[in-house]
Amino acid sequence: MTPAEIRAAIIEILETIAPDEDLSNLDDAKEFRDQMELDSMDFLDIVMELRKRYRVQVPEEDYANLVSMQSTVSYLEPKMADLPAE
Amino acid sequence: MPRDFLKGVKQKYDVIVIGSGLAGLTSANILGRAGYDVLLLEQHYKLGGMATWFKRPKGHIFDVSLHGFPYGMMKSCRRYWCQEIADRIVPLRGVLFDNPQFTLKTTYDRESFTELLQSKFGVEAATIREFFDTARGMNFYDDQQLTTKELFERFFPGRNDITRLLMEPITYANGSTLEDPAITYGIVFSNFMSKGVYTFQGGTDLMIGLMKDELEKNGVDIRIKSPVDKISTENGRVKSVHVGDREIECRSVVSNANLLTTIFKMVGEEQFDKDFVEDAKAVRVNNSSTQVYMALGPDDHLDRDTGDLLFTSTAENFETDLLLSRDVTSRTFSVYYPDTRPHDKRQRHLIVSSTNARWEDWADLDDEAYEASKQDLIETTIDALDKYVPNARERVIFSEAATPRTFYHYTRHHHGASFGTKFEGLPVSQALPTQISGLFHAGSVGIIMSGWLGAINYGVIVSNEVDQLLMK
Ligand SMILES: Cc1cc2nc3c(=O)[nH]c(=O)nc-3n(C[C@H](O)[C@H](O)[C@H](O)COP(=O)(O)OP(=O)(O)OC[C@H]3O[C@@H](n4cnc5c(N)ncnc54)[C@H](O)[C@@H]3O)c2cc1C
Repeated sequence: MTPAEIRAAIIEILETIAPDEDLSNLDDAKEFRDQMELDSMDFLDIVMELRKRYRVQVPEEDYANLVSMQSTVSYLEPKMADLPAE
Repeated sequence: MPRDFLKGVKQKYDVIVIGSGLAGLTSANILGRAGYDVLLLEQHYKLGGMATWFKRPKGHIFDVSLHGFPYGMMKSCRRYWCQEIADRIVPLRGVLFDNPQFTLKTTYDRESFTELLQSKFGVEAATIREFFDTARGMNFYDDQQLTTKELFERFFPGRNDITRLLMEPITYANGSTLEDPAITYGIVFSNFMSKGVYTFQGGTDLMIGLMKDELEKNGVDIRIKSPVDKISTENGRVKSVHVGDREIECRSVVSNANLLTTIFKMVGEEQFDKDFVEDAKAVRVNNSSTQVYMALGPDDHLDRDTGDLLFTSTAENFETDLLLSRDVTSRTFSVYYPDTRPHDKRQRHLIVSSTNARWEDWADLDDEAYEASKQDLIETTIDALDKYVPNARERVIFSEAATPRTFYHYTRHHHGASFGTKFEGLPVSQALPTQISGLFHAGSVGIIMSGWLGAINYGVIVSNEVDQLLMK
């Protein structure tokens, strides 16, 4: 998967977790928390969805990498680069 | 021959969940939904643990722990269960306080509390805002030294009345006291204040029934009347669980039984490191409860203005210790109107009075003294109810009491603990899989992981770890 495909995958997950949020104006450089209402259970759901959909493991000590779209994509890139595009 | 409740159980499972409290049920559901082979074992004949109800002649159905929970339940039920369960979560708007210091009515949310603290208690708007923001900003990783008492002293020095307003409902919700870490208060209080108190319309029986349907849909094997006696390990990993003379193999165990029971009775302390055992021994369990269940006659009617949740007390001042005393001065009345179970044709009004209680005050009574103490609890409760439900003595047509012994009987929790353990229980629960691979605990611990919402969410957090281990 390319970074753009990974980003699209994250957006899809966020849409199921926060169905009421408008994600079209998401600023990739800014923290998710500053742009939408996400609590710690929401972040856990992102981790669980990544595992379910792509078999990607995000151990607890790496959760800090999931603060913004930019940091999430760069963290996941090496883990998901070999996955085929959907 | 006794019925074999384990009939049809497989030789081996990916996950065995011990106990069907809300944390156990939720773990089983998530892991079943993820495609694992899951067996759920419950010692009682009903699922739900403390999330329970009971029926009495003449059609009375009493809910034991459906007094209220934060709005977050809606999201957790939608995600970890199903839309049908989430759709039945509705607000409770009538929260009353009545004590020698103040009498007031509130919707129990930030807006209402801000207004009250300003108009009735004379606090500056800026102080109130700062207090709410501080409470909301607290999380699990923060300083654990600050106590709730110190938090209140910082914002509202010398104001026992404000302490009462802020603390009384939380002490009832999870047994925490002024001496517990402020972060436990901040997290739970902010959860409630975000949108007020909610309930499940249809009653606990309907909710647990819907959960059971969902579990079956997700392929979970469920067995009731199946108490687990022992968890076997081999080379530092879980191997199997034992129910009577049956041994069932598994790759992982999620124990929803009491944390201490799991460590000391089911596994055995010799299986753990010395330091871990010491930490586990230092874990304090929370208090227990008493309840009095009361039903009004079939043609009786209660005005909605009576309120949904009434925090009442006759004690002059607020002290958390007084809330535990057998000499009861504080009671929370939950009023259940007919729309609690809209599908039920018998339009009943029920009232449940709850108090926090100590195991020691009930444990050693002989049969006669125990019955007398229960009867005394019922009589004094009906007398106290009279102020809110006039002529209560004539109107209550059925009453019954539950004590710490009752709670122990149904859940096997150490000393009938209603709300799991104090704060130090959480790190011990979380460290379990570092001691024995594949052994997890999910159930009320650490104050913040208790209550319906806390138990469900902790079930999710633990399932995530189980999934991570099993996928390797
Ligand atoms: C009186 C009272 C009122 C409450 N009111 C509220 C409220 O209004 N709102 C709220 O949110 N919370 C309330 N609570 C708290 C809430 O009910 C609990 O925190 C929550 O239900 C606990 O869930 P749990 O998963 O920790 O497990 P529990 O409900 O404690 O269940 C544990 C389960 O494990 C089973 N088990 C134990 N040992 C074994 C074994 N060896 N083998 C098999 N099974 C075993 C037990 O039978 C039980 O079913 C109340 C609690 C009490 C007691």
